[in-house]
Amino acid sequence: MKKQFITGLMAFLFIACATAAPIETFKFDSRQHEQLFQKLSEGLRCLVCQNEAIAESNADLAKDLRRQVYNMIEQGKTEDQIKAYMVQRYGDYVLFRPPFKPLTWLLWLGPGLLFVLSIIFVLKIIRHKADKPEEDELSPAELERIKKLHTEKMTTSVDQETKHQ
Amino acid sequence: MSDTKPSTFRRFAPLIFFIILAALLGFGLTLNPRLVPSPLINKPVPKFTLPLLNQAGSFSDKDLKGHITLVNVWASWCFVCRQEHAEVKRLSRQGIRIIGFNYKDKAADAKAWLQRLGNPYRKVIVDRTGRVAIDWGVYGAPETFLVDRHGIIRYKVIGSLADPDNLKALLKKMKALK
Repeated sequence: MKKQFITGLMAFLFIACATAAPIETFKFDSRQHEQLFQKLSEGLRCLVCQNEAIAESNADLAKDLRRQVYNMIEQGKTEDQIKAYMVQRYGDYVLFRPPFKPLTWLLWLGPGLLFVLSIIFVLKIIRHKADKPEEDELSPAELERIKKLHTEKMTTSVDQETKHQ
Repeated sequence: MSDTKPSTFRRFAPLIFFIILAALLGFGLTLNPRLVPSPLINKPVPKFTLPLLNQAGSFSDKDLKGHITLVNVWASWCFVCRQEHAEVKRLSRQGIRIIGFNYKDKAADAKAWLQRLGNPYRKVIVDRTGRVAIDWGVYGAPETFLVDRHGIIRYKVIGSLADPDNLKALLKKMKALK
């Protein structure tokens, strides 16, 4: 009984989700138009919901923008024309894939640049580490000096000991 | 010694790198992702003709020429619009020409709202479907556009005019036009 209730509830929730999907039905002149609509509405950002495309958003503005995209497609506008139309009004931000231009160079090239820089950095550290043991080795003159200091210290400490006695 | 210099730099390089990254991240976090800069600033207002609320006739982009105007996008369903309304009325009393842009609203609701809270607008243009609002790059309410005498959009406030920072920035831009 309880199990049935739970399956029933789940089924209900699934249906509720399905009906909440924001897709309204547009009638397209052709298959190409429909595909173009899909592509455009998945690539345009819903500005009020930030990280949703207008294709999947329930927001009122997304609905309006979908209608606008639909109307423009049916008027025979091309993909680039529709994108340009949106960018003119809402800026590059409306596109999920921002265009490659001076303002976005850092955005597009930054990760690659950072990767190359970090590789160089790591290589340098490795090379530096490999060089180090040699640097640590003392020159014969230095060894001689240590020996001298060592014997000096030995004799002074012996002197002190004898003084105490 | 000569090789102590690069080694101290090398010692601090990760710290410097970290500070730069942290500064960039900190800067990014202070930006408000809800503010989308308008590409329409310093461009002429889009062409449109819309009906008026409470009166016959229509209003077009040409009617915005010859005056410095604030175009205040509002709706009766918009909570923040109600919050900023007192400020809009105050600006109107100071003699600033404010045109209301009633965005995706029901005419009866909009009329009742103005009757209850007071009407600071010279005229209220009605965009029932939100079609013209798309041309203006509107993505919510309230938004307020500053339009100069030549019908060029000079500034846009996204959000409440009751916010002192928003208001200050707008008044500064307005002063520069006079």
